[in-house]
Amino acid sequence: MTTAVETIRDEPLTIGGRTFQSRLMVGTGKYPDMDTMVRAIEASGAEVVTVAVRRVNLDRSKESSVLHFLDPKKIFLLANTAGCYTAADAIRYARLAREAGFNDFVKLEVIGDEETLLPDVAGLLEAAKVLVQEGFKVLAYTNEDLVTALRLEDAGCAAVMPLASPIGSGLGLLNPFSVRTIKRRLHVPVIVDAGVGTASDACVTMEQGVDGILMNTAIAAAQDPVAMAQAMRLATIAGRAAYLAGRMPRREVAMPSSPTRGMLD
Amino acid sequence: MDVVINGERRQVTPGASLLEVLGQLKLDPRAVVVEHNRRIVRRPALGDVKVSEGDAIELVHFVGGG
Repeated sequence: MTTAVETIRDEPLTIGGRTFQSRLMVGTGKYPDMDTMVRAIEASGAEVVTVAVRRVNLDRSKESSVLHFLDPKKIFLLANTAGCYTAADAIRYARLAREAGFNDFVKLEVIGDEETLLPDVAGLLEAAKVLVQEGFKVLAYTNEDLVTALRLEDAGCAAVMPLASPIGSGLGLLNPFSVRTIKRRLHVPVIVDAGVGTASDACVTMEQGVDGILMNTAIAAAQDPVAMAQAMRLATIAGRAAYLAGRMPRREVAMPSSPTRGMLD
Repeated sequence: MDVVINGERRQVTPGASLLEVLGQLKLDPRAVVVEHNRRIVRRPALGDVKVSEGDAIELVHFVGGG
């Protein structure tokens, strides 16, 4: 028997010359403990895992680095510039991250507003241009704004990461039309980053045809993060499969599924 | 001699190299990235760069993040 899954022809996701089998990327923040984080990452099937750059705690350095719990040989570490509010700060953090010696990829964030954590797109473009010049593979976290996405692609970004909704909000995909438009117009991979709350959000996001999805809080803040990680893995696969399958058109009126002929008099 | 490490004033041996400063803090040089007065110092050079009074040193690593 041929199952639906066997009929799907998909290509692996390639970003900046690196190829990944999983279209789900996960963060490492806000977990109740490191053991839960490790098991959740495993359950998610993610290959790309984000980390942040912060000062070493001088009094107890051993337990604070996330690398004591993650094996960089098994996962692909994607450093972010989270918490940076200027292009200069983001560039500084990106350079420090690269110096750690794992890869030259960076998830570039330049935040413009404390309440919403929405991106400062002017600062983002400025930082992206500098970092691309320095040889970074820039994955730019941005608004779901087509023109900004196009400018980021023109600047040489390896991927563009429009948000589903604000970071940590769990509101899901607020603007499917804009995300679809960005995906349709860009040539580089489009990875939706931030805002999903549960598995259906991940599924709907992937159904838009985007190349991947990145999430942190939806898994880390679930009551059972490991179970939610598995749900997100399945939802990402399901959404991608549905996109590739091609959904039926929407109609405003019903259409019977059973024959209208052959009814009894 | 006082320097500022990660925003904290700390005493280090006068004439110490960055590698020696890491040693005094019991930090593994392979596990941190060092910024000295806003310039990144690569690992092989840590033993060559001496610190001076009032220098600003940042020692960073990867933590959990999204």
